[in-house]
Amino acid sequence: MAAVAHGADHGHDHHEESFVSKYIFSQDHKMIGKQFLMTAVFMGLVAMLLSILFRIQLAWPGESSDFLSMFLGEKWAPNGILNNEMYLGLVTIHGTLMVFFLLTGGLSGTFSNLLIPLQIGARDMASGFLNMLSYWLFFLSSLIMFASLFIETGPAMAGWTIYPPLSALPQAVSGSGLGMTMWLTSMTIFIASSLIGSLNYIVTVLNLRTTGMKMTRMPLTIWAFLVTAILGVLSFPVLLSAALLLLMDRTMGTSFYLSDIIVGGEMLENVGGSPVLYQHLFWFLGHPEVYIVLLPALGLSSEIISTNSRKPIFGYRAMIGSILAIGFLSFIVWGHHMFVTGMNPFLGSVFVFTTLLIAIPSAVKVFNYLTTLWKGSITYTPAMLFAVGLVSTFITGGVTGIILADSALDIAVHDTYFVVAHFHIVMGMSAVFGMFAGVYHWFPKMYGKMMNNRLGYVHFWITIVGAYGVFFPMHFVGLAGAPRRYYDYSVYEGFSGDAYEMILDLNVIITVFAIIAALGQIVFLFNLFVSIFRGQAAPQNPWRSNTLEWTTPVEHVHGNWPGELPTVHRWPYDYSKPGMEEDFIPQTTPLMAGEEEH
Amino acid sequence: MINKLVILIVIVLGVIGVAQLVRLNELSRKHSGRKEENIPNRDNKLNANLMLVFMIFFYAGFIWLMLKFGWTGRGPAASTHGVGTDWLLNLNFVIIITVFFLTNTLLFVFAWKYVKRPGVKAVFFAHSNKLEAIWTVIPALVLAVIIILGLRTWNDITDESAPEAERVEVFSWQFAWKARYSGMDNTLGAYDYKLTTAENEFALINKANIDAARDSMSYGQIGSIKVLEETLNNPNVIMSVEEREKLTNELAVKQRLHRLLTQMGITHNDSLDVLASNDFFSDTLVLLKGQNYEFTFRSKDVIHSAYFPHFRAQMNTVPGMETRMKFQPIYTTEEMRKEMNDEDFEYILMCNKICGGSHYNMKMPVRVMNAEQYYNWKVNQTTYNGKTYFGYDADPANLSAAEKAEQMKKREALLESYKAIEASLDTEEK
Repeated sequence: MAAVAHGADHGHDHHEESFVSKYIFSQDHKMIGKQFLMTAVFMGLVAMLLSILFRIQLAWPGESSDFLSMFLGEKWAPNGILNNEMYLGLVTIHGTLMVFFLLTGGLSGTFSNLLIPLQIGARDMASGFLNMLSYWLFFLSSLIMFASLFIETGPAMAGWTIYPPLSALPQAVSGSGLGMTMWLTSMTIFIASSLIGSLNYIVTVLNLRTTGMKMTRMPLTIWAFLVTAILGVLSFPVLLSAALLLLMDRTMGTSFYLSDIIVGGEMLENVGGSPVLYQHLFWFLGHPEVYIVLLPALGLSSEIISTNSRKPIFGYRAMIGSILAIGFLSFIVWGHHMFVTGMNPFLGSVFVFTTLLIAIPSAVKVFNYLTTLWKGSITYTPAMLFAVGLVSTFITGGVTGIILADSALDIAVHDTYFVVAHFHIVMGMSAVFGMFAGVYHWFPKMYGKMMNNRLGYVHFWITIVGAYGVFFPMHFVGLAGAPRRYYDYSVYEGFSGDAYEMILDLNVIITVFAIIAALGQIVFLFNLFVSIFRGQAAPQNPWRSNTLEWTTPVEHVHGNWPGELPTVHRWPYDYSKPGMEEDFIPQTTPLMAGEEEH
Repeated sequence: MINKLVILIVIVLGVIGVAQLVRLNELSRKHSGRKEENIPNRDNKLNANLMLVFMIFFYAGFIWLMLKFGWTGRGPAASTHGVGTDWLLNLNFVIIITVFFLTNTLLFVFAWKYVKRPGVKAVFFAHSNKLEAIWTVIPALVLAVIIILGLRTWNDITDESAPEAERVEVFSWQFAWKARYSGMDNTLGAYDYKLTTAENEFALINKANIDAARDSMSYGQIGSIKVLEETLNNPNVIMSVEEREKLTNELAVKQRLHRLLTQMGITHNDSLDVLASNDFFSDTLVLLKGQNYEFTFRSKDVIHSAYFPHFRAQMNTVPGMETRMKFQPIYTTEEMRKEMNDEDFEYILMCNKICGGSHYNMKMPVRVMNAEQYYNWKVNQTTYNGKTYFGYDADPANLSAAEKAEQMKKREALLESYKAIEASLDTEEK
């Protein structure tokens, strides 16, 4: 009832909307979703450009490049050669933008906002105002993070994990001055945004489901968004406290993370702090964060694979179970990032055990995806291509996790390119593929237009070839012993001849693929923006899908459904049900006499 | 100028070309009545076939990388536990590569085979408890094996060293490494970071060092309490409010540190000074083949990580906290050169935790020697208090005949013990 009354209010507002309240300070979840998408696309592009800049340095160390001097100028790329501190700055901001701004804010922000009310049958989010606040805080934090690239002492340079003391001491690296202050400020605001958003998602899912939308009738997208939001609410405050303690160490002379330090010839009086404490706090967020990034992508792809295979998702309850299991386990595995910090080895053993347990629900998910495809009738929309690609990257990146989770093996490859390969494939590629899949699939819902499929095909094939070409060889770079975050490997000439040659050769191959993959994204951008303005008009249910969002009118209305809210009678995966005429049955269709619900 | 003009023209032409393409696409769509939501069978088929083609190229690329670069470019493991680690790594690789091929093949083959065909309906297959149980239990069993084997190796690696293991400290700072050997007593002398001076870079504790550190803090040439006070109290020095505040803070910090140093001097137990006295330092980490080493790590400024790729060993160095690790090298540098077929091969210690601008270049050579070489290297070291390794005066002219004979005897014993250590490794192998 509350939902209906809420919707009625909005219906009234609808007639008085000005440009500002409709497009800028909008409280409508669909518009906020689009705002998140556009901000994230911008941040993602910046992050990608930064990666191309440092990949050029890695492939051709010490060679002058006009491309570098064009973007970085004389200060950070004197004579077209990248400065070694700026290299770390680029790496740091690349990681931060990708993990937090594109794949947390962007992915969750776009699709949780767009899909939660539409798929559960609600007029809007529980609090439209908080939702708007969440976006504008995200926007503000994006602005601060972006601006930190342009200050004189450079952006944060301590890696996206900003371990103190490096991040606490401006004497240690130039980016730990104003750049780090801006990083911490931006992230503090980002966390506030994320918390407000997550609380809103949880409340909306739990309270505003329409009649008949039982928890066990929710699409897997909603399950994924719900668990993601819960992970965010429980883990982000810990990062916030870690960041605040770091801020105090930097400005107020406290010693949470500092002890016995002499830096740049200056003896500090801090005694008794522990840098390892920061790592515990950071990874208590950091590991759930991996799943905050990944679960929405898995949820989106579940929906897309089921729709386009014209088959129910296999093992719906097992899928929910594995999302919950992954969510729970993600809180007790953070120590696997810290096997070489000098942590008690017994504690290490415990983390080995819990971490490897995650492989079980992950395996279940993979096999369920495979069985969903089996004997399906697959239609290749660009979204479907990316969803299939996601399953492949989830497998390829996931299996190497088994090696990294095993402490005895981890010490041999910890912090090498093997790790870089692992998380870029399993987290980066999978989540980005999930996001692309989502954009292609729900674009008609967002903009009322269709994207061009053939350009989508070109985009997908360039992206998967390019991205695998970048990240797969990195396994071999890592196994050859190359540490990550190194500015120049050529100083290791003489360090075991073969490995040296190999690292240099592979770095060139990787950079070439990176440039190809980056150019491929132009196809996507072109398709996205041209389709927004000139795309073919979308029909109401272009993919012949069961979920509720496709029962709303193409032209957005405030409150989503012009009349009554729809009533749900069945789960969302009745595709190709025997004895039915159509190969899909929307959730609003009542059960036929004698029909069993899945 | 002409370059820029050309670029401008290319951009303009590009934009025009793109706009025309868009219009062409719109027109053709209108003409044919094609709708984006209806995917033509031709497109479906093309993508399905590409899935298979992609799989083949993906696998071919993997196999090419493996043939060209091998499983590991680092060469054979050069430590006892490293051999075990590599064995386990290979076993894990066999498992995960099998899973990788199996599941990816299923994925791409299904993606190719089950593409939409006119008249064929998808099979409604929503769940099967039996299947789901199978793919829960099988991974669980495989993981149980992986966990058990992994933890067994982990316990071996992190176990305490035997008491006779040689103790070596590795000290790190931006951007260099240095090793401290425990000397004949096999005990490292204590340290305190407040004692760091140009003459005492390892901050070792002894009476003289405490006095020197305190004095340099009070009366040193640069930045001492005396200098700061003089500057602040000199009416002729003009400085901004911020500068004055900064110097005042610095003075306060120095005064507090000075008090701590004074306390340390009062409570100091002189009898412990001897522990540090026979320690010695090296810029190269020199090791004996077959010797068990117990390493402790220390950092002066930020976190670094001591990464020994060839020994399959790694440990962070953390300011304010001591970390440890042990390993036993099994090939001398010369043996490894033959093994790797590379005359210039050197073992290396690299920094593997981001630590600042020159992180990439923070390295220390590691040399593994045979008994004779190691003995020669050791007996030529001068200890912290300026004596020979055995504690005698460094100048042989000052030694009595009896002392010379004594030292000679100790030398022989040392060489014998090193030979025994090297030999024990060979018998272990056999």
